[in-house]
Amino acid sequence: MRALIVDDSRAMRRIVGRILADAGFETVEAGDGQEALDVLASLDGDLPVLACVDWNMPVMDGLTFITQVRKQVQWRSITLMMVTTESEQDRIVRALAAGAHEYLIKPFTGDALVEKLDLLGLLPTPVGDHS
Amino acid sequence: MTIGHEAFTFVRELVRAESAIVLEPGKEYLVESRLVPLARQGGHKDVDAFVAELATRRNPASMRLVVEALTTNETSWFRDTDPFTALRQSVFPTLAKTRTKHEIRVWAAACSSGQEPYSILMTAQDTPEIAGWKIDMLATDLSLEMLERARKGEYSQLEVNRGLPATTLVRHFERAGLNWRINPALAAQVQFRQLNLMRPFPAMGKFDVVFLRNVLIYFDLATKRDILRRVRQVLAPDGHLFLGAAEMTMGVDDAWERVPAGRSSVYRIREEQRTCVP
Repeated sequence: MRALIVDDSRAMRRIVGRILADAGFETVEAGDGQEALDVLASLDGDLPVLACVDWNMPVMDGLTFITQVRKQVQWRSITLMMVTTESEQDRIVRALAAGAHEYLIKPFTGDALVEKLDLLGLLPTPVGDHS
Repeated sequence: MTIGHEAFTFVRELVRAESAIVLEPGKEYLVESRLVPLARQGGHKDVDAFVAELATRRNPASMRLVVEALTTNETSWFRDTDPFTALRQSVFPTLAKTRTKHEIRVWAAACSSGQEPYSILMTAQDTPEIAGWKIDMLATDLSLEMLERARKGEYSQLEVNRGLPATTLVRHFERAGLNWRINPALAAQVQFRQLNLMRPFPAMGKFDVVFLRNVLIYFDLATKRDILRRVRQVLAPDGHLFLGAAEMTMGVDDAWERVPAGRSSVYRIREEQRTCVP
């Protein structure tokens, strides 16, 4: 399974990338929304099942990216998760209304991201009991 | 590989200063296991390296994450997902057919900081078969501190990230400064009370559903057996018991039978035991 990570911070792309790799994903990256749209266009038929999207980025922000992706029928299968420091309630509502499926607020632990993947049905095996 | 003495001491002091929780020597394994995800996220080769950098730079955000990782009980919203799916798809619809008073009594027997009872209520609201029903929810815990937190219903950003769908977050919570507070109407539906599972239960009537998850693991066999026996006395004969994924009644109290419910399972009192509950 492939996942797209859209974040202007290379450190954050690395962190998210490592968690996703552990969960069995092959990852591709983009530094802003426009670059992410270009990546999707270039991937053609081999689309990611998941995109983790930062909100605040230069060139094109994450909300605009999500809105753009949702306009394209051929990208409808992609699950979109906002991963951002934006934590106001109306922000979350806006992102969900624009078409994000989930919303993860930074900072987060690896477990929190994995649990979101579980909620989205994107884990090969369900999260076990850690006790 | 366990955490080094120096790193353990640093973390121990940090957690004690921030939370008054004392990590006794011997808890190295706990510290290690809770901090591994943070160390990896930061790109460190191990927990020692992560703590060494933390001790030098003393980055407040990282320090807060460390304290939370060690003090947050292993509890999340809709923990393990499956029991809540079973509630919505199987247990509540089954009860809907037989509870003519349109009321369901639920006991969350080790409610910790409250995520479990609130998750049960949110699940009930999402179950069309019992729309508009009264959920009489009792939530108990041994710890007064936990009960106080649960009653307050305020959770940190880190806590609401754990297992709570974003749609549920915006529907049932509101911001309270840096935290999130559960909808007061939902909180008002829960009665919180201190209860020690090892002692005889107070008079509390019969429940249709009991959540006793991830708590039996802390007791020895005789205590487990005694608790399960007493739970039978407060469970309706056709009631449902949820245990943690790693817990079972088999070989402990065989008056129970395990019944599959979706991807998980639920425990019910065996038919022949229902009439002669001791």
